[in-house]
Amino acid sequence: MIQFQYERASTAKAAVSALANNAKIIAGGTNLVDLMKRNVMAPAKLIDINSLPLRSIEQQNGKMIIGALALNSQVADDKLVLEKHPLLSKALNAGASAQIRNMATVGGNMMQRTRCSYFYDTALPCNKREPGSGCGALEGVNRMHAIFGTSDKCIAVHPSDMCVALVALDAIVVVSGPKGERRIPFDDFHRLPGSQPEKDNTLQKDELIISVEIPDNTFSKNCHYFKVRDRTSYAFALVSVAAALDLDGKNIKEARLAMGGVAHKPWRLKEAEKALAGKPATEETFRQAAEIAMQGAKAFKHNAFKLKLGPNVIVEALKNAAGLV
Amino acid sequence: MDKYKSDIKPEKEDHHESRRDFLKTSSILTAIAVAPATVAKAAEYNLGEKISAAFETTPVNLTVNGVKKQLAVEPRSTLLDVLREQLDLTGTKKGCDYGQCGACTVHVNGQRVLSCLSLAVMQEGKQVTTIEGLAKGDELHPMQKAFIKHDGFQCGYCTPGQIMSGIACINEGHADSKEDIKEFMSGNICRCGAYPNIVKAIQEVKNGGQRS
Ligand SMILES: Cc1cc2nc3c(=O)[nH]c(=O)nc-3n(C[C@H](O)[C@H](O)[C@H](O)COP(=O)(O)OP(=O)(O)OC[C@H]3O[C@@H](n4cnc5c(N)ncnc54)[C@H](O)[C@@H]3O)c2cc1C
Ligand code: FES
Ligand code: FES
Repeated sequence: MIQFQYERASTAKAAVSALANNAKIIAGGTNLVDLMKRNVMAPAKLIDINSLPLRSIEQQNGKMIIGALALNSQVADDKLVLEKHPLLSKALNAGASAQIRNMATVGGNMMQRTRCSYFYDTALPCNKREPGSGCGALEGVNRMHAIFGTSDKCIAVHPSDMCVALVALDAIVVVSGPKGERRIPFDDFHRLPGSQPEKDNTLQKDELIISVEIPDNTFSKNCHYFKVRDRTSYAFALVSVAAALDLDGKNIKEARLAMGGVAHKPWRLKEAEKALAGKPATEETFRQAAEIAMQGAKAFKHNAFKLKLGPNVIVEALKNAAGLV
Repeated sequence: MDKYKSDIKPEKEDHHESRRDFLKTSSILTAIAVAPATVAKAAEYNLGEKISAAFETTPVNLTVNGVKKQLAVEPRSTLLDVLREQLDLTGTKKGCDYGQCGACTVHVNGQRVLSCLSLAVMQEGKQVTTIEGLAKGDELHPMQKAFIKHDGFQCGYCTPGQIMSGIACINEGHADSKEDIKEFMSGNICRCGAYPNIVKAIQEVKNGGQRS
């Protein structure tokens, strides 16, 4: 790891002005320290934001407000979260390990970089790490890679589990910059690679994530996070699905569906949601929705299995959410 | 190795501003500047980056296994390296050094964390407990006893991390069932595959009431 300058920010304002001066924020450090050790990222200055008062989880005016520094384990075990948004708790507990969740923050989780092995290996080309160097994964080993929204510049996936639940729950990201606060719908926070894969999201360089808000909903009874990975635990998703249903007896009033491990961003499945609304909660309905969800998917040499796995994971997640298993 | 080193292409960051410039401008921050006097001196005397970097240590106060420590650490030093290299507490193991194995698990303020991904400079004022801090004199911690009784290891390399993690797993309330233990202990890899016995050891401590 190269040497860097370290400072502690005592106010959000100080952190924002440090960002404007090219500093990088460190929260839990579980992603940044890893990438700095590997020389994938080499910021000259780190601003430690851990003393900012951004750790609380509160319910206010029809929404839950989760501070950017709330720990992944704290959120997963929080009584209010378990009661109102169990989907978020399930997704968090499906990610990383207990030790990492004790360090990782909500803001850091959103900002974590891809686990694409070409991004991680500084001897290989990667447009995300070094724009213009090419995408090694496109013609290389791409088993873990995206099937939706790829470009000829990048086929990496966003690795977060938490974000899959948050996009399904219509969360809002509250960020603070030099000009004040800005609220970003979760689906607009992360972006597709297009011609600028170096940009993971729409947060500006001088903006700080302050909190995430989740509006009240009617999905707490029937939701499930289903994650398929190479081992039972402590591995990134091959495919994961967050499913939430608002049931009226056996009928689906409203559905929320999002996928992880398939795109450069948590992948919301709005068309499939529409197809579920008003239908009976049966395996047949779920199959049809899964088919719609997979429209437009495009595989590469080693990840064609995701085209088959994807719909199966959607159906399993929905069955679990509906209590059919 | 050198060949690879010269090939290293970190992600493009704006490096145009030198560390020295940063030190000069950092007064605009209302942040607590923890750059020590030595660094400022190095900058003043126009010493090269390399030399000033060597001086760049920051004071950190920690309590390790109940003993207060005043340390000077480089910002890039991990808690794991400081424990092992500076404090000679080699019970905490370095397995992968990248957060993937759990061998380096310690408790910070009572919570299990990975010391290989923790910067020591960020632990100011914290209470750190390592495997060396569990026994009371010759009296082993119940979890240590249970690992011995149930043969919770073969080579023993992952064991300090497993024991620290196991204690926390119970304290967190994540050891109610075998399934829970397996899930919440998944951050500790054992290459020897002692998992069934590790689970038994944790179950025994859980059922016998724990001492933290
Ligand atoms: C072995 C391993 C396995 C893992 N498995 C999984 C998994 O299965 N699923 C999963 O979802 N994740 C997994 N993770 C990733 C983990 O969830 C992330 O590393 C973690 O969430 C990052 O949070 P942090 O607070 O540690 O971020 P940091 O490392 O501190 O920061 C990460 C990035 O976020 C930026 N940042 C942090 N906070 C803010 C803020 N408030 N505003 C703006 N920018 C900010 C930082 O500048 C940095 O660029 C795994 C990690 C490891 C090491
Ligand atoms: S050495 Fe820290 S997790 Fe492997
Ligand atoms: S006992 Fe050998 S690695 Fe676990």
